[in-house]
Amino acid sequence: MTIRMDLLLCGGTACRASGSEDIREALKKELARHKLENEIRIIETGCNGFCAQGPLMIVQPENIFYQKLTVDIIPHLVEEHFLKGRPVKKLFYKEPASEETIPTMEDIPFYSKQKLIVLKNRGVIDPENINEYIARDGYVGLSKALLEMTPEEIIQEVKLAGLRGRGGAGFPTGLKWEFARRAEGDVKYALCNADEGDPGAFMDRSVLEADPHAVLEGMIIAGKAIGAHQGYIYCRAEYPLAIKRLNIAIVQARDYGLLGKDILGSGHDFDVEIYQGAGAFVCGEETALMHSIEGKRGMPRPRPPFPAQQGLWKKPTVLNNVETYANIAQIMQNGGAWYASIGTEASKGTKVFALTGAVNNIGLVEVPMGISLREIIYEIGGGIPKKRKFKAVQLGGPSGGCVPEQYLDTPVDYESIIKVGAIMGSGGMIVMNDQTCMVDMARFFMDFIQDESCGKCTPCREGTMRMLEILKKITQGRGEPGDIELLEELSDMIKDSALCGLGQTAPNPVLSTLKYFREEYEAHIIDKRCPAKRCAALLHFEVDEGKCIKCGICFRHCPAGAIRWQKKETAFIMKDKCVQCLSCITNCPSDAIF
Amino acid sequence: MAKLTIEDLKKIRESAKKGTALREGETNVKITVHMGTCGIAAGAREVMDVLLEEMAQTDRQDIRVVTAGCMGMCSSEPNVTVEMQDKDPVIYQHMDKNKMRQVFKRHVLLGQVQSDFALARG
Ligand SMILES: Cc1cc2nc3c(=O)[nH]c(=O)nc-3n(C[C@H](O)[C@H](O)[C@H](O)COP(=O)(O)O)c2cc1C
Repeated sequence: MTIRMDLLLCGGTACRASGSEDIREALKKELARHKLENEIRIIETGCNGFCAQGPLMIVQPENIFYQKLTVDIIPHLVEEHFLKGRPVKKLFYKEPASEETIPTMEDIPFYSKQKLIVLKNRGVIDPENINEYIARDGYVGLSKALLEMTPEEIIQEVKLAGLRGRGGAGFPTGLKWEFARRAEGDVKYALCNADEGDPGAFMDRSVLEADPHAVLEGMIIAGKAIGAHQGYIYCRAEYPLAIKRLNIAIVQARDYGLLGKDILGSGHDFDVEIYQGAGAFVCGEETALMHSIEGKRGMPRPRPPFPAQQGLWKKPTVLNNVETYANIAQIMQNGGAWYASIGTEASKGTKVFALTGAVNNIGLVEVPMGISLREIIYEIGGGIPKKRKFKAVQLGGPSGGCVPEQYLDTPVDYESIIKVGAIMGSGGMIVMNDQTCMVDMARFFMDFIQDESCGKCTPCREGTMRMLEILKKITQGRGEPGDIELLEELSDMIKDSALCGLGQTAPNPVLSTLKYFREEYEAHIIDKRCPAKRCAALLHFEVDEGKCIKCGICFRHCPAGAIRWQKKETAFIMKDKCVQCLSCITNCPSDAIF
Repeated sequence: MAKLTIEDLKKIRESAKKGTALREGETNVKITVHMGTCGIAAGAREVMDVLLEEMAQTDRQDIRVVTAGCMGMCSSEPNVTVEMQDKDPVIYQHMDKNKMRQVFKRHVLLGQVQSDFALARG
């Protein structure tokens, strides 16, 4: 019998964590109960992107978007909508600003403002079924590259596209391939960087979970371009679902002869293996990554020689990021000129961001280069929740910086973002409201760097330790005059002398917060005050009677029972019971606790 | 599985597209089976079954089958509405298996409205 309806249930990591597997079982059961199992199909897709609203499901052909599904509602949903054709309104998306309900996916602003290239198959196909990828023009680009193009023509097309590495540094991909093509040697490698170490980043994981073949296809094409016959995907073991789906994809591609010898009768041989990393940030750095695959300790080495000359096992090697590869097949299929028509003068195509933090619509977004930060945060992201004030947006994680309100109209392209003191980075985008302490944020990233520093070079090992000590001191109320200057001096030295990108960029969060929020550092050091009320050591945990509106919200949020409150009475914090968790301060609507 | 040639890949693509057409391809005909409690009691389920059997036998990928609730004409159930691109919807009443087959073959595939059991046009 014919299938009349597809239920595209999101099976990304986030939706699974919020229960999508139970939803799937409940759906199966209810469909069977109404004898609908032969005409309605459940398809488990990769990450759909709107993670905060999960578990999610898109119903086709009507394109109805259901969010926050629960097992209890499934019997009603199946009977009402799937049997009787009446979509269930209470599961629709509600626009946070206008409270308007929006039934179909294409009308939800979170989706409608995006431009999908890398994520074109997200939430649309079953990533464990190669035929679904093929149905969406999968392996068309590969066919063209293998049968109709020379390696030089492939490289030329990638250059024409203007594609730049999406792993953070933004190096032109075509040029990188050309160096590796020209390097002497009959054994070469094409590697994929799926280490994704930035805290808060989940772009690459989502691409691998939703569309693993797109990455494989890009790698096979890279193999032909540079003359490599073996590829490795370096993926952290903390990404079990991505690894599982990649493995399935590799087996299916081999089965079709799309990996292996003489692919599509073109004479090109290429195969791929997954190498699981243990999740060290430094192993995302290219030379450390290659050491790790060789079975050595994951530490960087000085460059040159660059990997294009001497990479994995000293052979010429190309390393590209997951998202970079995921663009390649479509560039082959539609041409470099098509790709270059999207974006700005020097930054072409799209970029995927993991939008998180103090923003209404948390999730994965793909936008054309050149869109402004404001559009991403306010139109796609739906603005700042709870009517709080925007403070800054952090880009590029521990290697990046923050952009304050006055630069929100900066277009997203490599050069413009650097000009305002941040970096494009690999796609982490953390929105912060007025309750974020910038000194504490800088401390957080320095803590991360200090943890992840491999220890090989002194500036990074010792220098970041010293910076962390100073930042801790300041947030603990022990800051002294001269600390800021010392941070600046250390930053300059570490940037200039560290061995690899990890150390060289480690001071960035400190430098950019100093640039825009210096007065916040000074308030901590001189006035012993944390303006954002985040640093517990600088707070009194007392209630300002003049400001308290006697609402009792603090009382209800306190996990330690440390607040005394009765209707129409000012709240009182009992210091002997208070654990300084900040939940009263965070939730107080009148800013009365100090 | 033997290694694919470019021709094989194209064939797989064509047949796989049929499987995913619901999610993207264009819609030229929409057939609505009214499946309210009244419709189901009058036999809408069987009508749906033959409709889907007929669908399986065509290569057309631009036809969508959807359900809807009761439309307030309970006495004439099972009701089926056929909407063709740029034409007024046609409501068929008192449908059964044979009528459904006929409507599918003549109206949906060939565009000939089966006025004998059509309620009204539009
Ligand atoms: C400390 C450190 C961590 C890195 N982590 C990653 C990572 O997780 N993923 C990634 O693609 N690139 C990462 N990079 C960048 C890689 O070294 C390299 O530039 C990139 O994989 C090249 O691919 P692309 O040109 O496609 O961006 C990291 C760099 C440094 C210095």
